[in-house]
Amino acid sequence: MTEWFTENGLLLGLAVLDGLAYAGLVFLVAVGLNLVFGVLRIVNVAHGSLFAIGAYAAASLGLFFAARGLPAWAGYAALLLAAALVGLILGPPIERLVLRRIYGHEESLQLLVTFALFMILEDVQKLIWGVQPVSNDGPMKLLGTVDVPFGEDVIPFTAYQLFVLPGLALLTLLALAWFLRRTLTGRVILAVTTDKEAAMAMGIDATRVTLLTFTFGAALAALGGALASPTTALVPGVGAQTIVLSFAVVATAGLGQIEGAAVSALLIGLGRSAAVYFAPEFEVVVPYIIMVAVLLVRPQGLFGVPETRRV
Amino acid sequence: MSGQASRTGAGRLAPPGSRHRLELALAIGGALALILVAWAVPWLRFILTIALAKGIAVLGILLLLRAGQVSFGHAMFLATGAYTVAFLAPSVPEVLILVPLGGAIALGLGLVVGLFVVRYRDIFFGMLNLALSMVLYSLLEKLYALTKGTDGIRVARLTFAGTEPPRETQEWLMFGLALGLALVFGLLVRAYLASPMGQALKGIKTRETRLEFMGVPARHVLLFAYGFSALMGGVGGTLVAMTSRHVTPLLAYWTSSGELVFIAILGGAGSALGPFLGATAFELVRVYAAAAVADAWQMILGAVLLAVILFAPGGVWGILSARLKGRAA
Repeated sequence: MTEWFTENGLLLGLAVLDGLAYAGLVFLVAVGLNLVFGVLRIVNVAHGSLFAIGAYAAASLGLFFAARGLPAWAGYAALLLAAALVGLILGPPIERLVLRRIYGHEESLQLLVTFALFMILEDVQKLIWGVQPVSNDGPMKLLGTVDVPFGEDVIPFTAYQLFVLPGLALLTLLALAWFLRRTLTGRVILAVTTDKEAAMAMGIDATRVTLLTFTFGAALAALGGALASPTTALVPGVGAQTIVLSFAVVATAGLGQIEGAAVSALLIGLGRSAAVYFAPEFEVVVPYIIMVAVLLVRPQGLFGVPETRRV
Repeated sequence: MSGQASRTGAGRLAPPGSRHRLELALAIGGALALILVAWAVPWLRFILTIALAKGIAVLGILLLLRAGQVSFGHAMFLATGAYTVAFLAPSVPEVLILVPLGGAIALGLGLVVGLFVVRYRDIFFGMLNLALSMVLYSLLEKLYALTKGTDGIRVARLTFAGTEPPRETQEWLMFGLALGLALVFGLLVRAYLASPMGQALKGIKTRETRLEFMGVPARHVLLFAYGFSALMGGVGGTLVAMTSRHVTPLLAYWTSSGELVFIAILGGAGSALGPFLGATAFELVRVYAAAAVADAWQMILGAVLLAVILFAPGGVWGILSARLKGRAA
């Protein structure tokens, strides 16, 4: 065992650091998917496309800012601005024009409608940004690297992935928990999640809450994409990967669980990056293996509450 | 308003006699029309064979739709059939052996996967299928030594009942085989859906608990349908591989599963003819849309899917049968 550690310790350290950064990103996307499901009762297959479009928009905006000679920190403003814009521009029309027509329909039908949205958004993304890789690593370069002490060695790691990604994910988690439990709007959202009819009977405007939640969820997906954009070159197909991964996170946690999503994002993020370093063939499989293993034992997910079947 | 909950659902009540006669007449007419088109426009023969093969796989989706379940992972069975052909063609080039073999292996996989997924419903059913198909996809992509990764495998030369006919004849043979199997599976599915076992599928959709009260084990009903659908997915996959002569992991990607479900909805879940109507329409739209607007064909398909779900929930079959019935009355 100790022998294994002296040989592979550094790799393990890298895997943990990578896993944390990755878990942060996955959490942001998954929590948006979860929030939207809670209120709309729809698993939005197009959520991954919003992630991808957020990433592309952030890269373009960042490059545009840099070209206009704005200071380097403006790159960070570009990330947040792109996420907000994507949420505000795409969220409301999707909810009002399409999803609103299918509330309360069969789940299979709802999945299909969002699949159709996914197909449309994928091509929108290709039409705007083409199929050539797009990349803007300005924000990541700005912060440079940090030497992380690890036993006798040090691991040089980008400060962006070490602090910004996990930090922002944690911040989002805390802010979201506070928002949902301590503010009026948040509690209204929770009320609709728990029991829509009762909430409406109390005079809550469910239509407005749905619109708000979907827009917010879309912005969270776009934020995940925007934050991921400096770390990688963007190519078509990111959206398709992201949605299955974030669904794995959500299903592992239990549908509708916010804090649970953070735990399972950590589990899946660390699991995946361990696979990247020690068994690269299985990198893509690991999240699903974790999910299937959890669902075999607890069909409602790690933190989910079993739902009684209606007679 | 775009309607109530039971939209994809089939089985509006109609006098069984007239309905069956109509279906049969349309099936024979459709088959003749396909043969005519394949003869008149040779380059469409390839597309129509693929459409028929996919139609067979979509029949499986239709069975699950009857139970109100949508699988976003059925491409895994299509890929299983296709890779069976690609792996075995060098040693067993016989088409008449490979087709049933691919179906049998897919059936085996389907029963194993089915034991797990039939415990779940709705979103979880759909997404677990998706997850498992992605596992297969990444294995096909990553085990390079076996599968040649994303490059895929070229299918070796095939023999038909021991002979190796020239190319043109081979294309006709594949087309004929696909058409014949489509008719056989179409009839089988119709008989199955009319049987008590098939009727119980509808019970899973409306109220599963009532089914259990009647002493019908819902999981068994669904498992049987799942196995059957996996078998048809596998057979469809072997035909796709034999026609296109090239298999890639993309066959198992979740978006190709989505495509199968799309075809089922496009054609209409009301009849065993639906999948073939849908598959033909889908492949033709894809060919022409891809030629006209190469970058936006997926967007067009997505818009069509939305329009069908929101405005024509019976699919092509629904529109057709309503028309024909209107004329008869």
